[in-house]
Amino acid sequence: MSLLPLAIYVSFAGALLALAAGAHSAAAARWTALLGALAGWGLTLAAAGGFVPAAGLQTLTDVAWIPQLGIRYHLAADGISLTLVVLTGLAAVAGILFSWNIGERAGEFFALYLALIGGVYGVFLSADAFVLFVFYEIAIVPKYFLIANWGSTNREYGAMKLVLYSFGGSALVLAGLLWAYAAGGGQSFALDDLAATAAHFPRGQQVGMFALVFLGFAVLAGLFPFHTWAPTGHVAAPTAASMLLAGVVMKLGAYGCLRVAMPLFPIGLAYWQPVIAWLAIAGILYAGFVALVQEDFKFVIAYSSVSHMGFVLLGLAAANATAAAGAVLQMFSHGVIAGLLFAVVGRMVYERTHTRQLADLQVQPLFRLLPFAAVTFVLAGLASMGMPGFSGFPAELTILIGTWRVSPVWAIAAAGGVLVAAAFTLRVIQLSFFGTNPAGAAAAPEHPLPPLTLAEKSGAVLLLAATIIVGLRPDLLLDWITPALQSPLMQAVWKGGTP
Amino acid sequence: MNPDYALLAQALLPEIALVVGALLVLGLDLAIFRRQEPAARYRLVMNFGAMAVTVALIFACSTGFSGPVFGDVLFFDTLALITRQGVLMLTLFTFGIACDARRLRHPAEYVAVILFAATGLILMAAAQQLLLAFLALELASISLYVLAGFDKSRPESAEAALKYFLIGGMAAAFLLFGFSLLYGLTGSLILPQIGMMLMPQGPSPLLLIALVMVLVAFGFKTAAAPFHLWAPDAYQGAPTPSAALIASASKLAGLVFFYRLLWPGLGMSAGDAARLPFTIGWVPVVALLSGASLLLGNIAALAQTNIRRLLAYSAIAHAGAMLLGVIAAGASGPAPLFYYAFTYAIAAIGAFGVIALVENAGRCENLADLAGLHRRSPLLAGCLLVFILSLAGIPPLAGFFGKFVIFAAALKLNGLGGPAGWLAVAAILLSAVALYYYLLILKQALVVRTDGPIRRITVPPAATATLLTAAGLLVLFGLFPSVLLGLFQ
Amino acid sequence: MSALPWLSLIIFTPWVGALLLALSSRASAAACRAVALGFSLSTLLIGAVAWTHFDSAAGGYQLVERYPWISGLNVHYHLGLDGMSLLLVLLTGLVAPAALLASWRVERDARLFNLLFLLLQGAALGVFLALDFFHWFVFWELSLVPAFFLIRLWGGPGAAPAAYQFVIYTIAGSAFMLAAFAAIYAATGTLEFPQLADLAAKGSLAVKLGPAWATAVFLGVFLGLAVKVPLFPFHTWLPAAYAEAPTGASMFLTGVMSKMGVYGFLRILWPLFPAQLHAASGVLLWLALGGVVLGAFAALKQTDLKRMIAYSSINHVSYCLLALFAVAGATTSAPAAAASAFSGALLQMFNHGLSASALFFCVGVLEARSGGRRGLDDFGGARTAAPVFAGLCGIAMFSSLGLPGLNGFVGEFLIFRGVFGLAPWAAAVACLGLLATALFLLTFWQRVFHGPVASGARNFADLAPLEIATLLPGVVLMFLLGVMPQLLVGLINPLVTAWAAHLP
Repeated sequence: MSLLPLAIYVSFAGALLALAAGAHSAAAARWTALLGALAGWGLTLAAAGGFVPAAGLQTLTDVAWIPQLGIRYHLAADGISLTLVVLTGLAAVAGILFSWNIGERAGEFFALYLALIGGVYGVFLSADAFVLFVFYEIAIVPKYFLIANWGSTNREYGAMKLVLYSFGGSALVLAGLLWAYAAGGGQSFALDDLAATAAHFPRGQQVGMFALVFLGFAVLAGLFPFHTWAPTGHVAAPTAASMLLAGVVMKLGAYGCLRVAMPLFPIGLAYWQPVIAWLAIAGILYAGFVALVQEDFKFVIAYSSVSHMGFVLLGLAAANATAAAGAVLQMFSHGVIAGLLFAVVGRMVYERTHTRQLADLQVQPLFRLLPFAAVTFVLAGLASMGMPGFSGFPAELTILIGTWRVSPVWAIAAAGGVLVAAAFTLRVIQLSFFGTNPAGAAAAPEHPLPPLTLAEKSGAVLLLAATIIVGLRPDLLLDWITPALQSPLMQAVWKGGTP
Repeated sequence: MNPDYALLAQALLPEIALVVGALLVLGLDLAIFRRQEPAARYRLVMNFGAMAVTVALIFACSTGFSGPVFGDVLFFDTLALITRQGVLMLTLFTFGIACDARRLRHPAEYVAVILFAATGLILMAAAQQLLLAFLALELASISLYVLAGFDKSRPESAEAALKYFLIGGMAAAFLLFGFSLLYGLTGSLILPQIGMMLMPQGPSPLLLIALVMVLVAFGFKTAAAPFHLWAPDAYQGAPTPSAALIASASKLAGLVFFYRLLWPGLGMSAGDAARLPFTIGWVPVVALLSGASLLLGNIAALAQTNIRRLLAYSAIAHAGAMLLGVIAAGASGPAPLFYYAFTYAIAAIGAFGVIALVENAGRCENLADLAGLHRRSPLLAGCLLVFILSLAGIPPLAGFFGKFVIFAAALKLNGLGGPAGWLAVAAILLSAVALYYYLLILKQALVVRTDGPIRRITVPPAATATLLTAAGLLVLFGLFPSVLLGLFQ
Repeated sequence: MSALPWLSLIIFTPWVGALLLALSSRASAAACRAVALGFSLSTLLIGAVAWTHFDSAAGGYQLVERYPWISGLNVHYHLGLDGMSLLLVLLTGLVAPAALLASWRVERDARLFNLLFLLLQGAALGVFLALDFFHWFVFWELSLVPAFFLIRLWGGPGAAPAAYQFVIYTIAGSAFMLAAFAAIYAATGTLEFPQLADLAAKGSLAVKLGPAWATAVFLGVFLGLAVKVPLFPFHTWLPAAYAEAPTGASMFLTGVMSKMGVYGFLRILWPLFPAQLHAASGVLLWLALGGVVLGAFAALKQTDLKRMIAYSSINHVSYCLLALFAVAGATTSAPAAAASAFSGALLQMFNHGLSASALFFCVGVLEARSGGRRGLDDFGGARTAAPVFAGLCGIAMFSSLGLPGLNGFVGEFLIFRGVFGLAPWAAAVACLGLLATALFLLTFWQRVFHGPVASGARNFADLAPLEIATLLPGVVLMFLLGVMPQLLVGLINPLVTAWAAHLP
């Protein structure tokens, strides 16, 4: 367990090393980055091995940082953090494997990439709101450069929009946190201290603070109607960045909601609950329907991310331990699946065919040209549809179970989202890989595409294995998550803030 | 009043060093340096100036003197001492980035004026008597007017100097008028005494006029909206090192001085903007200035294509945040304000430094002139990244923590129960807007690809050291804000 | 009783075969076919072994395998066998190899075809044996995937929309079912069918859900199953899907997959929601009758033989539901009639599996002979050209029609007897369906095998040995079961008696 903070430092150190190695050669930068990411992931796995599930955060590091403001550098982890750092490590490694072809300014690319990863690790491990916020913002800026420099369609616009939304969201968070901090006497930023003082705030104040903090985080989680950054950003981003954005960074928002907004202001949650739930449902359905009519392959995947994050937010809004466990599971699951989908679309297909228009892909017998990509995409698509046997299913099932306990109507509406997800996923599977004429496709292709590389295959296998393992044994993660949701802070949330 | 000249000399060693340095450099230039090649002469003069500042800095750091000097004319408390060190450090940075020998045809004079300006600035920070404060302010201001117009080859420089001078002079007149009214009301020129005398009086029309006069001057000096009109032109036209000094050291010293004037001096008539309805005083006015600056600075910056004008509007926005810090300083002390102003100054001077160096190798007027900087000079691009992100307030850089600590102090006044709190929230939200134009700069420097051959930029060692130090300080203060904050305890 | 986990073996052996095929990327098409056939036959073999271990006199689930699986959701890996499951496992074991034999001529991507087929077979078996919603749903949904690709990639010209419609309709139903089971878990904390059935029997399931929501949950599960069967009016996906699918897939779809829905009605909906089913039975009976009558009349109007058989499938499967709804709606206790209806429904599942898949194969044969044509009027006089084919096809047809002496008669007779005892008017209306069925099958017979030789029937070769091998076992069974229905009745009798005795 005590190894976990090292994952943060290893990532930042890896960023610097990759930058230095990039001056030498792109290959050196790649390998450095891969080693850095592997080291980080290895550390998280080692920590997971020694993890004893318990209610409440287990402190990893706790030293005074800014004593004048009562800020401590306090890192801690529980089952939720652990689930998400393992996901981060996995996504980081896979992302690097799918960026193996980055040649231009490789050192900078991987440095930014690892800096982003380091920030993400930091967020997931913070037990002090200030520390969390600092890491949260550290993770924002690299995204801009990753997308603007190495992205594709409309990259500068996408990057700017994404970063401004993220930063706008974080500004809301900062406002809310500072308000709570100041109103509590400005003694401490520790999450539990803040929660303890916030419990004495008048109801109106809690409601306001919750709105600021939750909305701020939820923007990054793709809450409808503040999700519009996500499709453009995801589409513009280079593959590895899309994978991280959809896979991990969107989870930052959801994690912030769960870790900060909800325990601090349970009364606020109770007040806003219906609004959030309906926005989440609107997101699930709206994004699903939009995905159904997209003509750009990557946009379909991007909107599907928004739709899936709607499930996470719904699970959080349901405000009970079951739904929240489902939400965390869905975070993991979607992290892996979105990574896979973006990898297939952005790296395996786009880098070879140089088009993402479904109309163009439709006439190519891709299923034959890139059978491995086809199989990967079909499996990932099934997982994304919530097909049982993959990780999405237990997650969505748990969310639905928890949601039903609060409001059957929400659960039924969300179940409609499962259907829409199936519709757009099947559509895109058909159009992209199994084009117009599978029979005629038996003929040899005119221009053979470069075969898939070992790096791509191993990345895909890694992620596929993760989604299937978690799909068949969700208790591996649930055993971590469930106790964490029974901590006193969380108990207060489930009780709606009434002691 | 029993003036103790020995003590005065001891306390003012840094100032003395600066003045002596200024005189020496003029004399030496006349005698020796001018016979050198222009480049060598320039280098010698600059080195000499830097040396003078270094000596002053050493004095400033080594004398741990504190307390009143020369009656109550000067008062050296922590704030004054640290500000003095800070201003000297910023002046040193200014020398570090001044590398354009072509434009400054009279380098000795330039250096001397910088040194005079620095003298004025550090005296301002310690002045406790209105008369001395005014003198120090004018010494600094007049030097800065000269610095702004120093590039005689460009009409823009003259325009900048003229605008700066006219508006600054008017502000000085307002200030002097305000001071005289205060003296008339209280019969004293010493700030704490003014405060004591004002306590029983309560608000009177005369006092209000005095306050308005002082605040107008204050607004001009800090370039707060709606008194900001000079700033974009001055930043754009002035030689880059001058602009850097105006943006950094002058701002820091000015804020510290006005903090002293407003809180220890006029604290009794502060009024209250923390809760509605306002009680009459200067705080509501400052709050209005702050809000206007935040809004105007951030919005107007969005439309700029000229880098310096963009930085000027960003400076106006930052002034708004600093005014918020002035309001909050009554309750939480000057530490947040100083932290913000100092780290802002470092970032600003760094940004101007990068501009100066790019300009040195060609042109650096519009944002597009920065295009491809990452290929022309990775060092400059990297440093610019740090400076701009610090200005934007991105952790772990100092700019972030500056914002954080100021907004926290403002919110502590009365939460969201009053305009100060709302102002803080507005400032936080506007910082998201600000990121847009900061990213526009970085986009040019780090993202945009340029065609054609790369013209690499050579960076002189002094500039390299300066920029790296500045960037390092921003990271250091960002990671360990207690280093600065701890000084005030 | 036995050391080996027979049920798991039944389910996973086809999947092992699929895995083998997936890994052997260089195997020839012939080798793939052989491997697939071998693994496909395993179901019949292991099913037979399980039968020997199966005590048909005892009630309840046998050969049970139950292990804790997902502690967080209280999910158990729970398999169990009763008469109904065994019947369907055996049916799968018969239909699947036949369908593979029917697909022997698939040359394009033979490996993938066989692989998907084995996947489909395993998933279907899983549905029949799983007793916990979690993995039951896994199998239920996974069966769609290979089916989708089988239709999409090897189907006719309209395969793409047909496959899409098929999957979307089914998933739409499944989504509601998923929400319903989420609700059930939220209320009860378990997802195992036997436990839930116990709760329902005690009446506490509806109480826990709340009366209003119990109805909603019932509707959710109902929709999921009704689409799959399909029950009129949720059947619109079926004709296109069956008609566009390749012959082998059509055989499996109609022979086995349509039974999954009926199985779900009997295994889940009826035990869990007897009261709701009772309340709804009036409407549902009409729907089932709609399937019976309209399905038959729609078949009558078809000129595409495959669509004709597809509609006849709707008609036949609706009989099973007619029986169930009649029992559920009965106001007076009539155990004998109920037992008869249930036995009929179960037998009808098996019989229809045999006859419908045989008929699809026959149409496939016609198609193969005529270069893809399968219009009602494209053929004629085929009997003279291919007497063996005509004979076997005729037997399948008459079995489907319900001619006494063949197996189809037994099931339909029992259903009619049961329904007549419970809801006579329904039985009367259903007779219309019988009539129409006879009409269109005879039309089929007449137009294709008699009359002047049409262009499609020229150069008509008789059945090849391979085709005979495909068709013959089914036909033999039709005879056998027609004469000795007790072979199967013995298997299901205790179950049916128990059901009929415990009518709520």
